[in-house]
Amino acid sequence: MADHKQSFFQRWFHSTNHKDIGTLYLVFALVMFFIGGAMAMVIRAELFQPGLQLVSPEFFNQMTTTHALVMIFGAVMPAFVGLANWMIPLQVGAPDMALPRMNNWSFWIMPFAFTLLLLPLLLQILFGIGSGGPAGGWTLYPPLSLQGGTSTAFTIFAIHLMGVSSIMGAINIIATVLNMRAPGMDLLKMPIFVWTWLITAFLLIAVMPVLAGSVTMLLTDKFFGTSFFNAAGGGDPVMYQHIFWFFGHPEVYIMILPAFGIVSEIIPTFARKPLFGYQAMVYATASIAFLSFIVWAHHMFTVGMPLGAELYFMYATMLIAIPTGVKVFNWVTTLWRGSISFETPMLFALGFVIMFTIGGFSGLMLAIVPADFQYHDTYFVVAHFHYVLVTGAIFAIMAGAYYWLPKWTGYMYNETLGKWHFWLSTIFVNLLFFPQHFLGLAGMQRRVPDYNPAFADFNMWSSIGGFGFGLAQLLFVYIVWSSARGGVKAEARAWPSAKGLEWTVPSPAPHHTFEKPPVIKDGDLAHGDITH
Amino acid sequence: MKLPRMNQAVATLAGLLCTSMALATSSGTEPVRWQLNMTPGVTSTAANAYHAHMIMLWVCIVIGILVFGAMAYAMLRFRHSKGAKPDTDFTHSTKLELIWTIIPILILIGSAWPATKMVMAQYSADHSAEKDEMVIKITGYQWMWRYEYVGEGVDFISRLDRKSDDLRQTTASTQAEIESHANYLRDVDRPLVIPADTRIRFVVTADDVIHAWWVPALGWKQDAIPGIINDAWTKVAKPGTYRGVCAELCGKDHGFMPIVVKVLPKDEYQAWLKAQKPAPVEAAPAPVVTPAAEATTVQTETAAVPAA
Repeated sequence: MADHKQSFFQRWFHSTNHKDIGTLYLVFALVMFFIGGAMAMVIRAELFQPGLQLVSPEFFNQMTTTHALVMIFGAVMPAFVGLANWMIPLQVGAPDMALPRMNNWSFWIMPFAFTLLLLPLLLQILFGIGSGGPAGGWTLYPPLSLQGGTSTAFTIFAIHLMGVSSIMGAINIIATVLNMRAPGMDLLKMPIFVWTWLITAFLLIAVMPVLAGSVTMLLTDKFFGTSFFNAAGGGDPVMYQHIFWFFGHPEVYIMILPAFGIVSEIIPTFARKPLFGYQAMVYATASIAFLSFIVWAHHMFTVGMPLGAELYFMYATMLIAIPTGVKVFNWVTTLWRGSISFETPMLFALGFVIMFTIGGFSGLMLAIVPADFQYHDTYFVVAHFHYVLVTGAIFAIMAGAYYWLPKWTGYMYNETLGKWHFWLSTIFVNLLFFPQHFLGLAGMQRRVPDYNPAFADFNMWSSIGGFGFGLAQLLFVYIVWSSARGGVKAEARAWPSAKGLEWTVPSPAPHHTFEKPPVIKDGDLAHGDITH
Repeated sequence: MKLPRMNQAVATLAGLLCTSMALATSSGTEPVRWQLNMTPGVTSTAANAYHAHMIMLWVCIVIGILVFGAMAYAMLRFRHSKGAKPDTDFTHSTKLELIWTIIPILILIGSAWPATKMVMAQYSADHSAEKDEMVIKITGYQWMWRYEYVGEGVDFISRLDRKSDDLRQTTASTQAEIESHANYLRDVDRPLVIPADTRIRFVVTADDVIHAWWVPALGWKQDAIPGIINDAWTKVAKPGTYRGVCAELCGKDHGFMPIVVKVLPKDEYQAWLKAQKPAPVEAAPAPVVTPAAEATTVQTETAAVPAA
């Protein structure tokens, strides 16, 4: 089909093309990354020194709550869905996603969902209307979350909409991967990125309805007089936490499994060697997904559980270290006896392996119940999950963006600036989050706008790191923008050592690809060795 | 709670190394500037938490050195720019996969073992449990704590000290003013007073939203949940003042409801307790229902407090 001329409106609003929708998702995620980032800047500015200088404690709580919701549901998840939209059809040799109209819908729900989420906050800031956004923490624990004003309803409906969007996206990915693969692309020949997304999609379908159910119960408790979580009415506030974390822990892996996939594409390319232990990587991913369903209460060790539950959740959580370790060892062994070069995507991927592993270490420490009685709800936890989410998920997304940018725009990005972006991000992000381990161990609790001067020094370091990291991301916007405008033309195989079907189509990828299924040669596949 | 001897050795070594590494290490119970690590606290529970923490920290450091060392070696040795040729046949090894599955399993079992013993001790499931000698009920409110000495008729509210409150409410407070108050946000008007060397059972609940009662030197935090009664215990050998905070987000003043526990020698505690009791009603030989005890039961919904 020849490309027909489309108006701007037709192209970007009516589109059912997986590449355009992928672009929409990625741009949306980037915008949300900066909105959530701006909130993080407010948080770090208030915490720059002891004392309350800039915002009220109430507004501070709105910032921490909304920062988390925006970053999780607005930045990280849509970025992964955007990458899936762009790359999965190209990687499995399919002409498009299986359900293109639903694809359009699942994207266009998102801007409305986030308008709803941010509206109470914006109304309060801009016009002084209402009491502002949700302030009970992103986990929305009752009874505190029920003390919020009408923003509670906005937040809950926004979460419903995001859930609908995520489930539709997940159905689309599963349908595409299971039905649209080119002949010869057997399941165990698929690129790891496709594998990790297939498993992630099942996690999404399993747990997003659980989240929807738990927040719906909050809604009826608040507005319709039910008592699901109200002890005075026969309910149980702890039940909410169990249901929430039954969603929440798989959610954590929803945000990291696709990152594993991206890194498993990039490291073999720049080590010029097939991924070590391909099948072990697939099985490890599946094991992590399975375990994610049976460890939820490690978020609740101090809630007053019986001894047996404490011990069970500790053991089950420790088990996750095994498949995760397998993945790290396989990445390291992929490097071994390779021929390594350090282009920007590889730098971000290697940074991911090291810093995600540091986040994994603190995760293992947090699993240990007697120590968790001290760590829980301190800055140690904040440091832990930012290592796995920022230097984990976000670094992998950056790596993927640099890796596939030439395929999207048709131009190579500026390698020097890319390296600057990596080094600035890495230095500042560690300045931002590493000292938070010390703060937590010294006794500083989470979610407070003010603190004793004993914690002042590391908080100041952390804030400086935060401002630096935030500014460094503006460089990323410039790099992407300028690479979209022009530069050195990219080859079809932008990275000479890259394997995989996406590199067999021209750069930029034409609007329609694989209208005729490609002929698969095993040598074209990312991992080369298909027997292990 | 005896730790296996090797773990103790590891922990001691770890402590020594950490001290030399640290810019400043707090040996006391108050956080100090530039503090890098957890402190062992003043109870067996806190010592356990510290040991569990140090064991895991060293497990992670050793694994980290091996993994990152291998990565660093690979990145230096197998560089494309130095003409390294990739060994594209080195793509799997069942033997390696087995090794790096089984060794971590053994490490995890080794780490879970002492942790299990410590949790059992905290839950008094190790058959060494002593009897509780007194019970204190802790209730979290937005944004203060209430302490009831069960059976003693002593009951009071503890909230942020006046000076901290003034400083934090004035946006014009200078850093010098804040620093001049050493216990900024860590002082209260009325501390919880407990006797040394006494096993105390705490029953913990809340009246409005979920709070969490945490004094790091005692080694645990316990969520205070409306409608639910949790419990925990402590036994502090050393008299002193130990500070803590609310650890569970509970609304706008979550950061402003600190905890101070004052541990007194037993006799001083008795004197203090006596002074707290309402003006001596008759020489009360029948301590069943005093007016004060009655008053304490009025406003809590959560009635049943287990007997000590």
